[in-house]
Amino acid sequence: MEFLNAFVALSNFVLIPAIAYGSQLALGALGVTLIYGILRFSNFAHGDTMAFGTMATVLITWWFQSMGVSFGPLPTALLALPFGIAVCAAFVLLTDRGIYRFYRRVKAKPIILVMASLGVMFIMNGLVRFIIGPDDQRFADGARFIVTAGEFKKMTGLSEGLALKSTQAITLVTAIVVVAALFWFLNKTRTGKSMRAYSDNEDLALLSGINPERVVMVTWLIVAGLATIAGVLYGLDKSFKPFTYFQLLLPIFASAIVGGLGNPLGAIAGGFVIAFSEVMVTYAWKKVAGYLLPEAWAPDGLVQLMSTDYKFAVSFAILLIVLLFKPTGLFKGKSV
Amino acid sequence: MIRVENLHKHFGGFHAVDGASLEIQPGSITGLIGPNGAGKTTLFNVIAGVLPPTSGRVTMAGEDITGLPPHALFHKGLLRTFQIAHEFSSMTCRENLMMVPGNQAGEQVWNTWFGRKRIADEERALRAKADEVLEFLTISHLADHKAGQVSGGQKKLLELGRTMMVDAKIVFLDEVGAGVNRTLLNTIGDAILQLNKERGYTFVVIEHDMDFIGKICNPVICMAEGKVLAEGTLAQIKANEQVIEAYLGTGLKNKDKLAEPGV
Repeated sequence: MEFLNAFVALSNFVLIPAIAYGSQLALGALGVTLIYGILRFSNFAHGDTMAFGTMATVLITWWFQSMGVSFGPLPTALLALPFGIAVCAAFVLLTDRGIYRFYRRVKAKPIILVMASLGVMFIMNGLVRFIIGPDDQRFADGARFIVTAGEFKKMTGLSEGLALKSTQAITLVTAIVVVAALFWFLNKTRTGKSMRAYSDNEDLALLSGINPERVVMVTWLIVAGLATIAGVLYGLDKSFKPFTYFQLLLPIFASAIVGGLGNPLGAIAGGFVIAFSEVMVTYAWKKVAGYLLPEAWAPDGLVQLMSTDYKFAVSFAILLIVLLFKPTGLFKGKSV
Repeated sequence: MIRVENLHKHFGGFHAVDGASLEIQPGSITGLIGPNGAGKTTLFNVIAGVLPPTSGRVTMAGEDITGLPPHALFHKGLLRTFQIAHEFSSMTCRENLMMVPGNQAGEQVWNTWFGRKRIADEERALRAKADEVLEFLTISHLADHKAGQVSGGQKKLLELGRTMMVDAKIVFLDEVGAGVNRTLLNTIGDAILQLNKERGYTFVVIEHDMDFIGKICNPVICMAEGKVLAEGTLAQIKANEQVIEAYLGTGLKNKDKLAEPGV
């Protein structure tokens, strides 16, 4: 019983939140890794692309809500998501036409593209705050919980409760569907193969008659989709605040690098590695320890390795370790 | 077929191609020889659109193609292979070949969702064609091997195979023979002759192996220091004083001396 209680507490506070957060990071990291693999630069504007897509989705959600449109027990935001993606994709393509394409034409070095993306980041950042404001926005509606802590206790008779928020379940299901669709696309369709070929060997791809502008366009479309989905899921799970999305850039890049930049499978693994590390290091283990250890040994303190304020330090630390010891990442991406 | 007029390509102060003019006759297999650093590969790169020329003009069948990007030239039927074989390492040899023809139905986002049948038909035809090409090149057994894992010579064959996936008009081969053993080289030579005869491909071949050049090429163009030095049959080229000095070396003349005992 004690063991079960410990496990339930662990699931409630560590496993489930980390899985949800990991899925969000994985989707974000997939976008970063695709840009790195195909356009060959680190896109610093990715966090703010997520913010932009989410903002578009939030605005459309509010409009739907004001018209009384709802999606039953599911959040209305899911209904608004395709429109949000379309808006984000249009905006991202516009930045590509206006900015990145010029640097591709002149065959600029990757670092110049990175700096350009930094500029795009600040513009997107300002634009989002200008349109929706810098404050926290809540836009989740529909059922809050699938299982509440109280119901779970009644059901199982355990003293620990397990709450499963509907947003967490939605996050996981959406992430699985999106990732499956993406891998099918990359491995089975001609366009996906062109993208892989272009990423593998640009010169040869050009001489095989692959149109680079087309590959780049499709990449941006997919990235806009991934970024918006990741952003909306994160926003549903927590809340939407432009600055938080800007900060997400760090764990997202850490995920992509840990997995191996340019490797989609690595991005997913990296997302979960970062999420689990972050949640586990900042979790107060007092409760779990209390169940597992004999009473006399029960800790007085919180048994928390690090305050949640320092959670970004975890990403940094992992990033440093990986870059020092295995610069190509766990899944052998391109070396940085 | 291809006419190059007074082409210059400078890298800073270095003149890699320095006023080269030449003409490739349709249906010919032209050999391009010359010492290392003569500008042969740079010339290829400029013609194939990988590098923009500093000045000069390239025309194909009368049409100005100077500075067009490689994928546009591909669709005009101008193909090339690389000195160091390139391949999509994470794909199988068959997939490598199937990548080649551009503008496939599957590239349209629309068709990905709504044109499944068209894509399937096209893929089947491509697959059959790829297998045919692999058969022709005697590497059928490698069809399902990752292209990154096959040998250097086999990658060269794959490069040649890539040009057979479409109806090319003119193919630029950059040192097909480098790092390839004799038997394989003969296979490649036969393949080139056959493609030239049966499908009417025009070839331009950079090669250092004179036997290979002699077997398949006519005419032969010799380049040195970014300029065209001489043009003619291999025998004529071999007899040309300038060429001997710049490329073939005086070794042939001195051979007798070297062979003397005690030297």
